[in-house]
Amino acid sequence: MSDYLLILVSTILVNNFVLVQFLGLCPFMGVSNKLETAIGMSAATTFVLTLASVCSYLVYAYLLIPLELEYLRTISFIMVIAVVVGFTEMAIRKTSPLLYRVLGIFLPLITTNCAVLGVALLNIKRDNSFVESILYGFGAAVGFSLVMVMFAAMRERITVADVPKPFQGSAISMITAGLMSLAFLGFTGLVSI
Amino acid sequence: MSSILIAILLLASLAIIFGAILGFAAVRFKVEGNPIVDQIDNLLPQTQCGQCSYPGCKPYAEAIAGGEKINKCPPGGESTIIALADLLGVEPEPLDAEHGAEKDLPMVAIIREEECIGCTKCIQACPIDAIMGAAKQMHTVIADECTGCDLCVEPCPVDCIDMVPIETTLQSWHWDKPKDSIAATEKEAI
Repeated sequence: MSDYLLILVSTILVNNFVLVQFLGLCPFMGVSNKLETAIGMSAATTFVLTLASVCSYLVYAYLLIPLELEYLRTISFIMVIAVVVGFTEMAIRKTSPLLYRVLGIFLPLITTNCAVLGVALLNIKRDNSFVESILYGFGAAVGFSLVMVMFAAMRERITVADVPKPFQGSAISMITAGLMSLAFLGFTGLVSI
Repeated sequence: MSSILIAILLLASLAIIFGAILGFAAVRFKVEGNPIVDQIDNLLPQTQCGQCSYPGCKPYAEAIAGGEKINKCPPGGESTIIALADLLGVEPEPLDAEHGAEKDLPMVAIIREEECIGCTKCIQACPIDAIMGAAKQMHTVIADECTGCDLCVEPCPVDCIDMVPIETTLQSWHWDKPKDSIAATEKEAI
């Protein structure tokens, strides 16, 4: 049980996907202008990452390993993730228009995100079991959501702050992201896994 | 050699299966847009002002199709309510005062520029991006784009936005539009 807790703490704080492993930087920079969109993106990412780690684990364990085709993992994961997300998007659209309005536009965006593929591949690299894979994916997504929401909140303040001219716009955002990353490095050594 | 064949076969069969799943989903989960929503949306004034408490005209149109009251659109006013009542076959109701009053004249927002402190709050409030400006810079309204929806007046911390009626100039003056009854009979004749 404590192993599972350790995985969660490790992925959320210590090995945070965005700020420590530098995966999923594009939505981190691109969709963090407003807090609302950041929250929508985070929800969609949480959903997709968890789902993707489950499906890619199943494909790897029950198709690729028995056939000794481990080297095909990247291409088959891309395919699996794209299909699962596409399918879920259609199903959500039909069954729950409300949920579709919250997640809808973000779902296709997140499909090709490096964090999603990264989670699937890291699961294999770390020899995670099925439950561990789910937790690893979920933890990564929660960590992503955490920094995404914090960063969006900061950027909303920065837009009205008096920033020196050379640093305005993207520059100050990059610096902010760098400082956040430094802060998260402080968690190193909190748990060893 | 055979391992390559297996690999190709596996990828091909995966692709075919996934394609079949997606194709099935596209048919099974097809969402038919409600045609009445589009018709309602056409009647609404498309100011996207949100005074009806929905985020725009299309969501309000969807809500009306779902049974929402038709009298929540101040920019559309009485004529829109009558048109909606006509389309939906319900009794027209007076405009719901809770959502604002209909204006007799088309209005436009004007920023008193010397008082503007450049806080960007009105820019964020404007549903159609008709306000230009940047933080700590003076803002101004693009009069041609402004729909007169009032939404920027409330957030302004220094109250420097006025709603003024659009003045009739030599360019914008026109004869009175034909009465509704004439237009209606013409439509019937066609």
